[in-house]
Amino acid sequence: MEKGSCASKPIMEYRKEGNWIDGNIETTAGKVQQVQTQLTIVDTVGAWKVRWGINRMNYKINPGIYAVGSPDDTSPVLVTANYKLTFDALRRELTGLKVWILVLDTEGVNVWCAAAKGTFGTKEIVTRISKTKLTRIVSHRTLILPQLGAPGISAHEVLKQTGFKVVYGPVNAKDIKGFIQNGMKATAEMRIVKFNTYDRLVLTPMELVPTIKITLMIFGILFLLNLMGLGPFGLIDFYAYIGALFIGCVLTPVLLPWIPGRAFAWKGWLLGLLWAVVVNILNGWPQMTSYNIVEALGYLLILPSISGFFAMNFTGASTYTSISGVLKEMKIAVPAITISIGLGIIFMLISGFIQI
Amino acid sequence: MKHQYLKNVTTLKLNTNACTGCERCIEVCPHQVFALKNGKSEIINKDSCMECGACAKNCPFMAIEVRPGVGCAAAVISGWLKGDEPSCDCSDGCGSGGCC
Repeated sequence: MEKGSCASKPIMEYRKEGNWIDGNIETTAGKVQQVQTQLTIVDTVGAWKVRWGINRMNYKINPGIYAVGSPDDTSPVLVTANYKLTFDALRRELTGLKVWILVLDTEGVNVWCAAAKGTFGTKEIVTRISKTKLTRIVSHRTLILPQLGAPGISAHEVLKQTGFKVVYGPVNAKDIKGFIQNGMKATAEMRIVKFNTYDRLVLTPMELVPTIKITLMIFGILFLLNLMGLGPFGLIDFYAYIGALFIGCVLTPVLLPWIPGRAFAWKGWLLGLLWAVVVNILNGWPQMTSYNIVEALGYLLILPSISGFFAMNFTGASTYTSISGVLKEMKIAVPAITISIGLGIIFMLISGFIQI
Repeated sequence: MKHQYLKNVTTLKLNTNACTGCERCIEVCPHQVFALKNGKSEIINKDSCMECGACAKNCPFMAIEVRPGVGCAAAVISGWLKGDEPSCDCSDGCGSGGCC
Protein backbone atom coordinates (compact mmCIF):
# COMPACT_ATOMS: atom_id res chain seq x y z
CA MET A 1 0.00 0.00 0.00
CA GLU A 2 1.38 3.41 -0.98
CA LYS A 3 2.00 6.15 1.47
CA GLY A 4 -0.59 8.88 1.58
CA SER A 5 -3.41 6.63 0.51
CA CYS A 6 -6.73 6.81 2.26
CA ALA A 7 -5.93 3.62 4.14
CA SER A 8 -3.25 5.06 6.40
CA LYS A 9 -5.65 5.54 9.33
CA PRO A 10 -5.55 2.82 11.90
CA ILE A 11 -8.50 0.43 11.77
CA MET A 12 -9.04 0.70 15.47
CA GLU A 13 -7.67 2.58 18.42
CA TYR A 14 -4.76 0.70 19.85
CA ARG A 15 -3.61 1.11 23.40
CA LYS A 16 -0.36 3.03 23.18
CA GLU A 17 1.49 1.64 26.16
CA GLY A 18 1.79 -1.89 24.77
CA ASN A 19 5.51 -2.70 24.93
CA TRP A 20 4.88 -5.66 22.66
CA ILE A 21 4.11 -3.62 19.54
CA ASP A 22 6.72 -3.76 16.77
CA GLY A 23 5.25 -1.35 14.26
CA ASN A 24 2.42 -0.96 11.79
CA ILE A 25 1.40 -2.68 8.62
CA GLU A 26 -0.75 -1.10 5.93
CA THR A 27 -3.80 -2.92 4.67
CA THR A 28 -6.58 -1.92 2.30
CA ALA A 29 -8.74 -1.33 5.36
CA GLY A 30 -6.22 0.75 7.34
CA LYS A 31 -3.19 0.42 9.59
CA VAL A 32 -2.80 -2.66 11.76
CA GLN A 33 -0.32 -2.97 14.61
CA GLN A 34 2.32 -5.68 14.44
CA VAL A 35 3.03 -7.63 17.61
CA GLN A 36 6.30 -9.09 18.82
CA THR A 37 6.51 -12.82 19.34
CA GLN A 38 9.20 -12.66 22.01
CA LEU A 39 7.97 -12.15 25.55
CA THR A 40 9.93 -9.71 27.69
CA ILE A 41 10.50 -9.41 31.41
CA VAL A 42 7.48 -7.07 31.59
CA ASP A 43 5.25 -9.87 30.30
CA THR A 44 6.77 -12.39 32.69
CA VAL A 45 6.26 -10.12 35.69
CA GLY A 46 2.71 -9.40 34.52
CA ALA A 47 1.97 -13.12 34.29
CA TRP A 48 3.42 -13.75 37.74
CA LYS A 49 1.29 -10.97 39.22
CA VAL A 50 -2.02 -12.23 37.83
CA ARG A 51 -1.22 -15.76 38.99
CA TRP A 52 -1.14 -14.25 42.48
CA GLY A 53 -4.32 -12.30 41.90
CA ILE A 54 -2.77 -8.85 41.52
CA ASN A 55 -4.77 -6.71 39.08
CA ARG A 56 -6.00 -9.99 37.65
CA MET A 57 -9.34 -8.80 36.33
CA ASN A 58 -7.81 -5.88 34.50
CA TYR A 59 -5.01 -7.63 32.62
CA LYS A 60 -6.34 -7.08 29.16
CA ILE A 61 -5.51 -5.67 25.76
CA ASN A 62 -7.62 -3.81 23.25
CA PRO A 63 -9.83 -6.14 21.26
CA GLY A 64 -9.41 -5.91 17.49
CA ILE A 65 -7.05 -7.02 14.75
CA TYR A 66 -3.28 -7.46 15.06
CA ALA A 67 -0.59 -8.68 12.69
CA VAL A 68 2.26 -11.12 13.26
CA GLY A 69 5.09 -10.65 10.76
CA SER A 70 3.90 -9.23 7.45
CA PRO A 71 0.73 -11.11 6.66
CA ASP A 72 -1.21 -10.53 3.42
CA ASP A 73 -4.79 -11.15 2.35
CA THR A 74 -4.20 -14.90 2.14
CA SER A 75 -2.73 -15.27 5.64
CA PRO A 76 -4.62 -17.26 8.27
CA VAL A 77 -6.72 -15.49 10.91
CA LEU A 78 -6.36 -16.73 14.49
CA VAL A 79 -9.09 -15.78 16.96
CA THR A 80 -8.34 -15.33 20.66
CA ALA A 81 -9.40 -13.62 23.90
CA ASN A 82 -8.24 -10.25 25.21
CA TYR A 83 -6.83 -11.60 28.49
CA LYS A 84 -3.18 -10.60 28.18
CA LEU A 85 -2.00 -13.91 29.64
CA THR A 86 -3.89 -15.70 26.84
CA PHE A 87 -2.66 -13.29 24.15
CA ASP A 88 0.95 -13.73 25.33
CA ALA A 89 0.62 -17.53 25.36
CA LEU A 90 -0.51 -17.32 21.73
CA ARG A 91 1.93 -14.76 20.29
CA ARG A 92 5.00 -16.41 21.79
CA GLU A 93 4.23 -19.47 19.65
CA LEU A 94 3.97 -17.53 16.38
CA THR A 95 7.62 -16.67 15.68
CA GLY A 96 8.30 -16.84 11.95
CA LEU A 97 4.64 -17.07 10.97
CA LYS A 98 2.63 -14.53 9.01
CA VAL A 99 -0.83 -14.42 10.53
CA TRP A 100 -3.60 -12.11 11.64
CA ILE A 101 -4.86 -12.24 15.19
CA LEU A 102 -8.48 -11.30 15.81
CA VAL A 103 -8.81 -10.47 19.50
CA LEU A 104 -12.35 -10.69 20.88
CA ASP A 105 -13.55 -8.61 23.80
CA THR A 106 -13.85 -11.22 26.53
CA GLU A 107 -13.46 -8.63 29.29
CA GLY A 108 -10.00 -9.88 30.13
CA VAL A 109 -11.05 -13.51 30.67
CA ASN A 110 -9.36 -16.53 29.08
CA VAL A 111 -10.89 -18.38 26.13
CA TRP A 112 -12.40 -21.36 27.93
CA CYS A 113 -14.01 -19.43 30.79
CA ALA A 114 -15.14 -16.69 28.43
CA ALA A 115 -16.73 -19.33 26.20
CA ALA A 116 -18.63 -20.65 29.23
CA LYS A 117 -19.80 -17.12 30.03
CA GLY A 118 -20.67 -16.45 26.40
CA THR A 119 -18.37 -13.45 25.98
CA PHE A 120 -16.19 -15.55 23.68
CA GLY A 121 -19.30 -16.09 21.59
CA THR A 122 -20.98 -16.03 18.22
CA LYS A 123 -22.32 -12.50 18.68
CA GLU A 124 -18.93 -11.07 19.65
CA ILE A 125 -17.21 -12.72 16.67
CA VAL A 126 -19.80 -11.32 14.28
CA THR A 127 -19.41 -7.82 15.76
CA ARG A 128 -15.62 -7.97 15.82
CA ILE A 129 -15.40 -9.12 12.19
CA SER A 130 -17.39 -6.11 11.12
CA LYS A 131 -15.60 -3.62 13.41
CA THR A 132 -12.16 -4.68 12.17
CA LYS A 133 -13.26 -4.70 8.50
CA LEU A 134 -11.83 -8.20 8.31
CA THR A 135 -13.52 -8.90 4.98
CA ARG A 136 -11.34 -6.16 3.45
CA ILE A 137 -8.14 -7.37 5.09
CA VAL A 138 -8.31 -10.98 3.96
CA SER A 139 -9.65 -12.43 0.74
CA HIS A 140 -10.31 -15.89 2.18
CA ARG A 141 -13.19 -16.72 4.54
CA THR A 142 -11.73 -18.98 7.19
CA LEU A 143 -11.21 -18.36 10.91
CA ILE A 144 -9.07 -20.50 13.15
CA LEU A 145 -10.56 -20.67 16.64
CA PRO A 146 -9.04 -22.29 19.70
CA GLN A 147 -10.86 -25.55 20.35
CA LEU A 148 -11.70 -24.47 23.89
CA GLY A 149 -13.68 -21.53 22.47
CA ALA A 150 -16.24 -24.00 21.10
CA PRO A 151 -18.62 -23.93 24.13
CA GLY A 152 -19.38 -20.29 23.29
CA ILE A 153 -19.57 -20.54 19.51
CA SER A 154 -21.98 -21.98 16.99
CA ALA A 155 -19.72 -22.52 14.01
CA HIS A 156 -22.66 -22.91 11.64
CA GLU A 157 -24.18 -19.64 12.93
CA VAL A 158 -20.91 -17.76 12.34
CA LEU A 159 -20.86 -19.09 8.78
CA LYS A 160 -24.46 -18.08 8.21
CA GLN A 161 -24.04 -14.58 9.61
CA THR A 162 -20.58 -13.65 8.30
CA GLY A 163 -19.62 -16.06 5.54
CA PHE A 164 -16.57 -17.12 7.57
CA LYS A 165 -15.99 -20.82 8.03
CA VAL A 166 -14.86 -21.76 11.53
CA VAL A 167 -12.03 -24.24 11.89
CA TYR A 168 -11.30 -25.34 15.44
CA GLY A 169 -7.59 -25.40 16.07
CA PRO A 170 -5.62 -27.15 18.79
CA VAL A 171 -6.28 -26.84 22.53
CA ASN A 172 -2.80 -25.45 23.19
CA ALA A 173 -1.17 -22.50 21.45
CA LYS A 174 2.10 -24.44 21.22
CA ASP A 175 0.48 -26.69 18.59
CA ILE A 176 -0.62 -23.82 16.32
CA LYS A 177 2.43 -24.03 14.08
CA GLY A 178 2.03 -27.76 13.62
CA PHE A 179 -1.68 -27.29 13.01
CA ILE A 180 -1.13 -24.74 10.22
CA GLN A 181 1.69 -26.75 8.65
CA ASN A 182 -0.55 -29.82 8.81
CA GLY A 183 -3.04 -28.11 6.47
CA MET A 184 -5.22 -26.85 9.34
CA LYS A 185 -5.85 -30.30 10.70
CA ALA A 186 -5.52 -31.00 14.41
CA THR A 187 -4.14 -34.37 15.35
CA ALA A 188 -5.96 -36.37 18.04
CA GLU A 189 -3.16 -35.43 20.43
CA MET A 190 -3.75 -31.70 19.81
CA ARG A 191 -7.41 -32.08 20.84
CA ILE A 192 -6.73 -33.48 24.30
CA VAL A 193 -7.03 -31.25 27.36
CA LYS A 194 -4.24 -32.08 29.73
CA PHE A 195 -4.12 -31.08 33.37
CA ASN A 196 -0.68 -32.10 34.51
CA THR A 197 1.03 -31.39 37.82
CA TYR A 198 2.53 -28.11 36.67
CA ASP A 199 -0.81 -26.94 35.21
CA ARG A 200 -2.39 -27.55 38.60
CA LEU A 201 0.46 -26.03 40.60
CA VAL A 202 0.32 -22.65 38.82
CA LEU A 203 -3.36 -22.36 39.75
CA THR A 204 -2.85 -22.90 43.49
CA PRO A 205 -1.82 -19.33 44.41
CA MET A 206 -5.27 -18.21 43.28
CA GLU A 207 -6.74 -20.84 45.60
CA LEU A 208 -4.75 -19.47 48.54
CA VAL A 209 -5.01 -15.72 47.99
CA PRO A 210 -8.81 -15.48 48.29
CA THR A 211 -8.70 -17.36 51.61
CA ILE A 212 -6.65 -14.65 53.32
CA LYS A 213 -9.74 -12.65 54.27
CA ILE A 214 -11.59 -15.57 55.86
CA THR A 215 -8.39 -16.75 57.55
CA LEU A 216 -7.90 -13.37 59.21
CA MET A 217 -11.54 -13.42 60.30
CA ILE A 218 -11.12 -16.84 61.91
CA PHE A 219 -7.98 -15.73 63.74
CA GLY A 220 -9.84 -12.63 64.87
CA ILE A 221 -12.67 -14.70 66.32
CA LEU A 222 -10.25 -17.06 68.08
CA PHE A 223 -8.45 -14.04 69.53
CA LEU A 224 -11.74 -12.63 70.81
CA LEU A 225 -12.66 -15.98 72.35
CA ASN A 226 -9.29 -15.98 74.08
CA LEU A 227 -9.99 -12.50 75.43
CA MET A 228 -13.40 -13.64 76.65
CA GLY A 229 -11.73 -16.48 78.48
CA LEU A 230 -13.36 -19.15 76.29
CA GLY A 231 -9.97 -20.16 74.80
CA PRO A 232 -7.25 -20.83 75.14
CA PHE A 233 -6.42 -21.00 71.46
CA GLY A 234 -2.74 -20.99 70.74
CA LEU A 235 0.06 -21.90 68.42
CA ILE A 236 -1.25 -25.43 67.85
CA ASP A 237 -4.55 -24.14 66.52
CA PHE A 238 -2.69 -21.69 64.32
CA TYR A 239 -0.49 -24.24 62.56
CA ALA A 240 -3.26 -26.85 62.53
CA TYR A 241 -5.52 -24.47 60.59
CA ILE A 242 -2.78 -23.21 58.25
CA GLY A 243 -1.83 -26.83 57.50
CA ALA A 244 -5.44 -27.81 56.74
CA LEU A 245 -5.79 -24.77 54.49
CA PHE A 246 -2.57 -25.56 52.64
CA ILE A 247 -3.69 -29.18 52.16
CA GLY A 248 -7.00 -28.08 50.65
CA CYS A 249 -5.66 -25.29 48.45
CA VAL A 250 -2.28 -26.60 47.35
CA LEU A 251 -1.47 -30.20 48.28
CA THR A 252 -4.76 -31.76 47.15
CA PRO A 253 -4.71 -29.96 43.76
CA VAL A 254 -1.09 -31.00 43.19
CA LEU A 255 -1.62 -34.65 44.20
CA LEU A 256 -5.11 -34.77 42.66
CA PRO A 257 -4.93 -37.84 40.40
CA TRP A 258 -3.06 -39.92 42.96
CA ILE A 259 -5.46 -39.45 45.87
CA PRO A 260 -8.00 -42.29 45.97
CA GLY A 261 -11.63 -41.46 45.17
CA ARG A 262 -13.26 -39.10 42.69
CA ALA A 263 -15.00 -36.30 44.57
CA PHE A 264 -12.71 -33.34 45.27
CA ALA A 265 -14.10 -32.72 48.77
CA TRP A 266 -13.42 -36.38 49.61
CA LYS A 267 -9.83 -36.17 48.36
CA GLY A 268 -9.21 -33.07 50.47
CA TRP A 269 -10.93 -34.60 53.49
CA LEU A 270 -8.76 -37.71 53.27
CA LEU A 271 -5.49 -35.75 53.28
CA GLY A 272 -6.92 -33.48 55.98
CA LEU A 273 -7.63 -36.52 58.14
CA LEU A 274 -3.98 -37.57 57.92
CA TRP A 275 -3.05 -34.02 58.92
CA ALA A 276 -5.43 -34.09 61.91
CA VAL A 277 -3.75 -37.30 63.12
CA VAL A 278 -0.34 -35.65 62.73
CA VAL A 279 -1.50 -32.61 64.68
CA ASN A 280 -2.80 -34.80 67.49
CA ILE A 281 0.45 -36.74 67.66
CA LEU A 282 2.43 -33.48 67.79
CA ASN A 283 0.01 -32.44 70.50
CA GLY A 284 1.12 -35.37 72.66
CA TRP A 285 -1.29 -38.12 71.69
CA PRO A 286 -1.75 -40.42 73.37
CA GLN A 287 0.99 -40.64 75.99
CA MET A 288 1.23 -37.22 77.53
CA THR A 289 -1.04 -36.27 80.40
CA SER A 290 -1.77 -32.89 78.90
CA TYR A 291 -3.45 -34.71 76.07
CA ASN A 292 -7.12 -33.98 75.91
CA ILE A 293 -9.41 -36.44 74.14
CA VAL A 294 -12.16 -33.86 73.56
CA GLU A 295 -9.72 -31.47 71.92
CA ALA A 296 -8.31 -34.28 69.76
CA LEU A 297 -11.80 -35.13 68.56
CA GLY A 298 -12.31 -31.47 67.79
CA TYR A 299 -9.25 -31.47 65.50
CA LEU A 300 -10.40 -34.69 63.83
CA LEU A 301 -13.76 -33.11 63.07
CA ILE A 302 -12.58 -29.66 62.02
CA LEU A 303 -9.29 -30.04 60.12
CA PRO A 304 -10.35 -32.60 57.47
CA SER A 305 -13.51 -30.58 56.84
CA ILE A 306 -11.51 -27.42 56.22
CA SER A 307 -9.25 -29.26 53.76
CA GLY A 308 -12.27 -30.87 52.09
CA PHE A 309 -14.02 -27.55 51.65
CA PHE A 310 -11.07 -25.83 50.01
CA ALA A 311 -10.32 -28.88 47.85
CA MET A 312 -13.96 -28.81 46.70
CA ASN A 313 -13.47 -25.25 45.50
CA PHE A 314 -10.70 -26.44 43.19
CA THR A 315 -13.40 -28.06 41.01
CA GLY A 316 -13.77 -24.66 39.33
CA ALA A 317 -10.11 -24.50 38.37
CA SER A 318 -9.99 -28.09 37.14
CA THR A 319 -10.52 -29.02 33.50
CA TYR A 320 -12.79 -32.02 33.81
CA THR A 321 -15.58 -31.50 36.37
CA SER A 322 -19.20 -31.21 35.25
CA ILE A 323 -21.82 -29.10 36.97
CA SER A 324 -24.01 -32.20 37.53
CA GLY A 325 -21.07 -33.90 39.24
CA VAL A 326 -20.24 -30.87 41.36
CA LEU A 327 -23.86 -30.55 42.50
CA LYS A 328 -23.94 -34.24 43.42
CA GLU A 329 -20.70 -33.93 45.36
CA MET A 330 -21.88 -30.79 47.16
CA LYS A 331 -25.20 -32.31 48.18
CA ILE A 332 -23.25 -34.62 50.48
CA ALA A 333 -20.13 -32.58 51.18
CA VAL A 334 -21.64 -29.26 52.21
CA PRO A 335 -23.97 -30.59 54.97
CA ALA A 336 -21.27 -33.02 56.15
CA ILE A 337 -18.65 -30.26 56.35
CA THR A 338 -21.03 -27.88 58.14
CA ILE A 339 -22.10 -30.44 60.75
CA SER A 340 -18.56 -31.66 61.27
CA ILE A 341 -17.12 -28.19 61.78
CA GLY A 342 -20.04 -27.21 64.02
CA LEU A 343 -19.55 -30.26 66.23
CA GLY A 344 -15.80 -29.74 66.23
CA ILE A 345 -16.16 -26.16 67.44
CA ILE A 346 -18.42 -27.33 70.30
CA PHE A 347 -15.79 -29.93 71.25
CA MET A 348 -13.03 -27.32 71.17
CA LEU A 349 -15.03 -24.98 73.38
CA ILE A 350 -15.79 -27.80 75.84
CA SER A 351 -12.12 -28.73 75.92
CA GLY A 352 -11.33 -25.07 76.64
CA PHE A 353 -13.68 -25.16 79.63
CA ILE A 354 -12.13 -28.43 80.91
CA GLN A 355 -8.68 -26.88 80.83
CA ILE A 356 -9.90 -23.81 82.67
CA MET B 1 -2.50 -40.34 35.02
CA LYS B 2 -6.02 -39.80 33.71
CA HIS B 3 -8.36 -37.65 35.75
CA GLN B 4 -11.73 -39.16 36.46
CA TYR B 5 -14.70 -37.42 37.99
CA LEU B 6 -18.02 -38.80 39.26
CA LYS B 7 -19.75 -41.50 37.23
CA ASN B 8 -23.28 -41.47 35.78
CA VAL B 9 -23.97 -37.80 36.31
CA THR B 10 -23.87 -36.12 32.92
CA THR B 11 -27.00 -34.74 31.24
CA LEU B 12 -25.54 -35.46 27.78
CA LYS B 13 -27.91 -37.03 25.23
CA LEU B 14 -27.31 -37.85 21.58
CA ASN B 15 -30.11 -38.40 19.10
CA THR B 16 -28.51 -40.71 16.57
CA ASN B 17 -31.43 -40.33 14.17
CA ALA B 18 -30.69 -36.63 13.70
CA CYS B 19 -26.93 -37.19 13.39
CA THR B 20 -25.42 -36.91 9.92
CA GLY B 21 -21.89 -37.87 10.92
CA CYS B 22 -20.40 -34.43 10.25
CA GLU B 23 -17.94 -35.02 13.12
CA ARG B 24 -18.23 -31.49 14.55
CA CYS B 25 -18.88 -32.91 18.05
CA ILE B 26 -15.79 -35.10 17.80
CA GLU B 27 -13.79 -32.03 16.79
CA VAL B 28 -14.92 -29.77 19.65
CA CYS B 29 -15.16 -32.20 22.57
CA PRO B 30 -12.25 -31.59 24.98
CA HIS B 31 -12.53 -35.07 26.50
CA GLN B 32 -13.00 -37.43 23.55
CA VAL B 33 -16.55 -38.39 24.53
CA PHE B 34 -17.63 -39.07 20.93
CA ALA B 35 -16.40 -41.31 18.14
CA LEU B 36 -17.64 -41.99 14.64
CA LYS B 37 -19.16 -45.44 14.22
CA ASN B 38 -20.89 -46.57 11.03
CA GLY B 39 -21.04 -43.03 9.72
CA LYS B 40 -22.66 -41.60 12.83
CA SER B 41 -21.49 -40.13 16.08
CA GLU B 42 -21.65 -42.28 19.15
CA ILE B 43 -21.05 -41.58 22.83
CA ILE B 44 -18.15 -43.81 23.77
CA ASN B 45 -16.96 -42.16 26.94
CA LYS B 46 -19.95 -40.74 28.77
CA ASP B 47 -18.34 -40.34 32.19
CA SER B 48 -15.66 -38.05 30.76
CA CYS B 49 -18.28 -35.45 29.79
CA MET B 50 -17.83 -32.17 31.67
CA GLU B 51 -21.01 -30.60 30.27
CA CYS B 52 -19.21 -27.68 28.62
CA GLY B 53 -21.87 -27.67 25.91
CA ALA B 54 -19.49 -27.30 22.96
CA CYS B 55 -20.95 -30.31 21.12
CA ALA B 56 -24.58 -29.23 21.44
CA LYS B 57 -23.80 -25.65 20.47
CA ASN B 58 -21.84 -26.67 17.40
CA CYS B 59 -24.16 -29.42 16.16
CA PRO B 60 -25.88 -28.00 13.07
CA PHE B 61 -28.59 -30.68 13.28
CA MET B 62 -29.48 -30.25 16.95
CA ALA B 63 -28.81 -33.90 17.59
CA ILE B 64 -27.14 -33.29 20.95
CA GLU B 65 -28.68 -32.17 24.19
CA VAL B 66 -26.82 -31.27 27.35
CA ARG B 67 -27.46 -28.90 30.23
CA PRO B 68 -24.26 -26.88 30.07
CA GLY B 69 -22.65 -25.31 33.10
CA VAL B 70 -19.39 -24.69 34.87
CA GLY B 71 -18.31 -27.46 37.22
CA CYS B 72 -17.33 -25.04 39.94
CA ALA B 73 -18.32 -25.40 43.59
CA ALA B 74 -17.51 -21.76 44.32
CA ALA B 75 -19.92 -20.70 41.57
CA VAL B 76 -22.63 -22.93 43.04
CA ILE B 77 -22.11 -21.48 46.53
CA SER B 78 -22.16 -17.93 45.18
CA GLY B 79 -25.39 -18.84 43.37
CA TRP B 80 -26.89 -20.10 46.63
CA LEU B 81 -25.89 -16.95 48.48
CA LYS B 82 -27.34 -14.69 45.80
CA GLY B 83 -30.36 -16.90 45.16
CA ASP B 84 -29.28 -17.31 41.54
CA GLU B 85 -28.26 -20.05 39.20
CA PRO B 86 -24.59 -21.04 39.60
CA SER B 87 -22.61 -18.50 37.66
CA CYS B 88 -18.96 -18.20 36.85
CA ASP B 89 -18.46 -14.75 38.27
CA CYS B 90 -15.04 -14.79 39.89
CA SER B 91 -14.58 -11.58 37.92
CA ASP B 92 -16.82 -9.74 40.39
CA GLY B 93 -14.09 -10.22 42.95
CA CYS B 94 -16.18 -12.57 45.04
CA GLY B 95 -12.83 -14.06 45.86
CA SER B 96 -13.18 -17.70 45.09
CA GLY B 97 -11.27 -20.07 42.94
CA GLY B 98 -8.74 -19.58 40.18
CA CYS B 99 -10.95 -20.69 37.35
CA CYS B 100 -11.06 -17.61 35.19
